This record gives sequence, structure tokens and C-alpha cells, in this order.
Amino acid sequence: MLTFTIRRLIVAVPTLLFISLVIFMLLELAPSDPMAQVPLTVPAEVREKMRIALGLGEPTHIRFWKWLVQFFWVEPQVLIDHIFGTSFSDGKLRVLSWQTRSPVMDVVVQRIPQTLTVVGTAYVVAILIALPIGIYSAYRQYSWFDQLGTFVSMVGFSVPPFFSGVLVIVIFSVQLGWFPSIYDTTLKVTDWDSFVKQLQQMVMPVMVLALQITAQLSRFMRASMLDNLNQDYVRTARAKGLGEYVVVMAHVLRNSMIPVVTVIALGIPSIFGGAIITEQVFKVNGIGQLLITAIEANDLPMVQTLTFIFAVLIVLFNLIADVLYGVLDPRIRYD
Amino acid sequence: MTETTQTETPDLSTARSQWQDVWQQFKSHRGALIGGLFFLIILFGVVVGPWIYWNNATFVPTGRDFIKLRDMRPIYHGLWDPSAKVNWAYPLGTDNLGRDMLARLMFGGRVSLAVGMTAMILALVLGTFIGVIAGYFKRLDGLLMRLCDLFLALPLLPMILVAAVLFRESLSLSIGPEAGVFVLIVCLIGITSWMPTARIVRGDVLAVKEREFILAARSIGTKSGKIINRHILPNVLSPIMVSATLGIATAIITESALSFLGFGFPPDFPTWGRLLNDSVDRMTLYPERVIWPGVMISLSVLSVNYLGDGLRDALDPRIRGR
Repeated sequence: MLTFTIRRLIVAVPTLLFISLVIFMLLELAPSDPMAQVPLTVPAEVREKMRIALGLGEPTHIRFWKWLVQFFWVEPQVLIDHIFGTSFSDGKLRVLSWQTRSPVMDVVVQRIPQTLTVVGTAYVVAILIALPIGIYSAYRQYSWFDQLGTFVSMVGFSVPPFFSGVLVIVIFSVQLGWFPSIYDTTLKVTDWDSFVKQLQQMVMPVMVLALQITAQLSRFMRASMLDNLNQDYVRTARAKGLGEYVVVMAHVLRNSMIPVVTVIALGIPSIFGGAIITEQVFKVNGIGQLLITAIEANDLPMVQTLTFIFAVLIVLFNLIADVLYGVLDPRIRYD
Repeated sequence: MTETTQTETPDLSTARSQWQDVWQQFKSHRGALIGGLFFLIILFGVVVGPWIYWNNATFVPTGRDFIKLRDMRPIYHGLWDPSAKVNWAYPLGTDNLGRDMLARLMFGGRVSLAVGMTAMILALVLGTFIGVIAGYFKRLDGLLMRLCDLFLALPLLPMILVAAVLFRESLSLSIGPEAGVFVLIVCLIGITSWMPTARIVRGDVLAVKEREFILAARSIGTKSGKIINRHILPNVLSPIMVSATLGIATAIITESALSFLGFGFPPDFPTWGRLLNDSVDRMTLYPERVIWPGVMISLSVLSVNYLGDGLRDALDPRIRGR
């Protein structure tokens, strides 16, 4: 298992390098000009100096190399300095945003907590809802509960978050006035009242995200339970007189959870991607919204770094899912 | 040889072709039938609707008409609010520029469905081609499947957003703003969604390739291209059809998401996502302008999903006949 993990880690390095190259080349080959916003009255030589100041003077491969060094060598040093108070990164150039001229990673670190609170809560809520639904609808296959579950998850698949988000705003915020329609990220939880406020503003984004995740996860849980419910060991367990609860919850569930756990791990990065839209709907200023504003402002270093962070998340969680699958299921041996 | 051999002549009146079987199974899946019907109705509505409907989607009234015709409410609104500004000539009301909502919805549906289907066809052609090549030619298999893995590891939505912004202007300049964005979005969705089809097709091709009839075809000297066209493609048709329906659904959602985030078509060119986005600012006053495009997106995606579900059951010979 350890050798497998190490091998996967080593394979992940060229994958990530290739992905970073793809992202870099996409931005590089694009015909848009980062100087397009500068007024035409600015003389050509000043314009040229501005280009050089943004780091655009050098050829492509050197800039790609510099970006790699900054991202994989300088940024970790900054992190180490931050944790241990050392000074490895002093005087080294970090990835700078063109919008704010401040290091990209600092902005990203400021934005991540908002995304994590909303997305993380939604994911946990969705898992807590989806698993019981999946278990029960598999146990009572083709009952009205199962049919309803199928329909609801179909709807969850089909209603895009930018519509379900807007719809819950119309219903709960405009008509009923229960929850605020805009997520206030400056709110600090200090006492009970602010905690209630925080809960209120989180309800709608979490609901929208959780609907989507629940739809997928409950279908998967159901299919996995159905695979196991007809197995011989279930009949054995019933034959030796175990109660239904023990049979389903202890024997079947534990075996059915193996693929579901890996699917949960695989779904985490796609949730960050999907949160882009939800963050836009509820005006949560997380990393998804940061990406949108960076794209609109033509802030290429920011866009590049954020896209690459999404890619790292995908590769990382693919790896985690693979390893988890091997750890949980002793029948699977990667050799 | 006293006994005459009884040749069993099959009863031709009850014999059914494969496609009749598929249809039988498909009919028994009620959700798929309703989904298919809904999709046909929506398709018919957006294609034929603008010809028979009396209002023009792009007509903007001027002068006094502008004040008179703008911000009309849908006719059903009069049921609970007698003072609402309604007019039977405008069944779903008008927007803040006095353009007819129903006409815009139908026009937007044309664009959304056209983008969805074209992108699906592109993804399907790419995916089938790569899948067949990877499954049939062993030498290319490893390379193409690594490519597939790499594409699956790319953060697709952010990259589509970035590419949509970066390439839009140059394409708009060369082939016009609407056509440019159309080509761009179709290509982006197509290029980023061929991977599932390729994987499924490759798996099926690998299985079909080992069957005896392929060996027979090869032993009489059939060329690889002929084998693929005549023998392999018809046998992997069912997964391709299923991923086609599911592909339409994802393509419609992606296009609407792009338009919703403001990276899609130009503002005066309605699509369902764009209509939704334009109406969000005033949804407290006019919720129907948000709800109608959203319902149309959701309904078409839902119906296509059900259609795909039923098609998968109908095309799977293990489930069929049960």
C-alpha cells in the first residue's frame, strides 16, 4: 500500500506540471492584451515599460519557469516562514496580482475561509441527508419513498444552482423575509445573536449546494446498497437470526460504504468548482468569486494561480480516493 | 432417414426486430416517455413558436409606446392582483424595455437548445473517435487514455470561463459577435466533455473486438476502417446514444451557467441563461422574469435526463424483456 501511494504521488508530479503548462499556454496563446485597458494617450514607450513591469518582457518558457519557481519554491517558503517565524523567503519575488500588486496567495488565503465554511457545511449536511435516504430507498426498493427519492434526485441533478439559488432567494428572502439574500462576510461570530445571524445567512447557500450533492450521493448510496443486499452473506446473517437492524446497518452498510466513501472524496474538488456559481448568486466573497473578478479584470497571475489550485485539488483528491479504496477494501491490492 | 426433419419456421407475424424490442422496453418506462414527450414539445415550441407567435423578440417600442408597453405583467398575474398591468397580446408580459417575454423565451430557447445539441454532437464525435481508436489500436490506447485522464484532471469550469473571455473578442471580430460566441461556446463545451463518452466507447470496443465475427471479418481480409464502420460502430451505438442525451443536458447547463455569469452571448441576444441573469437585479419586483427562463432550463434538462435514463434501460439487452 505504501509503495502504491508513493508511486501515485510520483505520477502526480508530471500530471500537475502538464496541467500547469496547459493553463499557462491557454493564457499565453489567448489573443487578448493585458494592456488593452490602458488609455491610448499613454505613449508607446511608457506602455512598453508597463509591460516589462508586469513581467511580460521575457520569452514564454522563461516566464513559465519563473512562475513554477515562484509557485513551488518561494510560496512554500513563505508558508514555512509564516508558521515557524524563519526568514527563508526574504527578498524573493512572489506571484503578484496585477490588480492589487500584492501577493496572490495572500489574497487567496483571505478568501478561502468563506468558501470553506459554506462549501464544507454544505458537504457535511448533504452527506448527513443523502446516506439515510440512500439506505432506506435501497432497503425498500420501488416503494413510494424510493420513487420520491428518485424524482427528487433527478430534480436535484437538473435544476442548475443559478436557478435554484435565485428561486430560494425569491421564496425565502423576498416573499417570506426569513433569510438575508446577501452573505455578509464581515460578520464576526462573537455572541449568540451574531451566531444566529451567521446561521441565517448560511441556510440558503448551503441548501442550494446540498441539494445538488445529495442528489448524486443518495443515488450512489442506493445503488451500492442494492448491490450488497442480495449477496449470500446477507442471507447467512439473516439465517443465523440477526435482527434486520444489525443486518442492514452493520453488515450491508459497512460493505456498501466502500465505494461511497471514495465518491465522497472524488466529489470535493468538483464542489469547489460548482461553488463558483453559488458564490456569485449569494455574493459570498470566496475563491470562486475571486476567480470571476480576476477574469473580468484580466488579472492573469491570479487566474493562473486559482485555476491551478483547483487542479491541485482534483489531482489530490483523486489520489486520496484511490488510496482510500485500497485501505477500505482488502480485496483490492495494487501491485 | 425415415423421419423428416422438422424445420422450425419462425412465426413471422410475431417476430420483432431489435428496434421494436427497444421501443417496447422504452414505452414501459413512464418517466422516459413523459420526458421524451416534454422535450419534443419544448423543441417544437422554440422552433415553430416564433413563426406563429405575433410578437417580435427584438422589437423595442419607442416614444409613448415605450412607457405604455414596458414592464407588463404576465396575464395570470391579474388573478390575484386586479390592478396589475396586463395585456392579452403579451401573455407573459414584457421586460423593462418593452420587449415581449414569451417571444424572447422562445428565441432564447432556440439558441440554448442549438448550443446544447451542437456541442453534444461535437463532444460525441470527438469521444467516439478517440474511444474507437483507443480501443481498436493497441498502440494508441495508453497514450489516448492518459490524455483522457489529464483532461479529467483539468478544472473545467474555470478554464471554460477563462477561455470564453480571452478568445471572445478576436472571434467576434472575425465572424461577427453572435456567431463568434456561438462557435466559441460550442467548441469549449465540446472539447471539455468528450472524456466520459471516450471511456465508455473504448471499453465496449475492447469487448466487441475479441468476438468471433470480427475475427471472421479480418480473416477474409477486411480493412481496419471497414471493420470499424461496418462491425464495431453499430455494436457500440447504444452507449453512444445514452451519452448523447446526457451530453445535451450538461451542455445546456454549462451554456446557461456561462451566460448567467456574463461570459456568454452579448446582452441583446437572449438565451435562457442570459434572460435569467438580466432579470436577477429586479427579481423582487418581477419574479416571473427569473422563474420562466429557469423553469425552461430545468424542464428541458430534466426531460433529457429522464429520456437518457429510459434509453439506457431500453438499449441494455440484459434489462430488456424483464
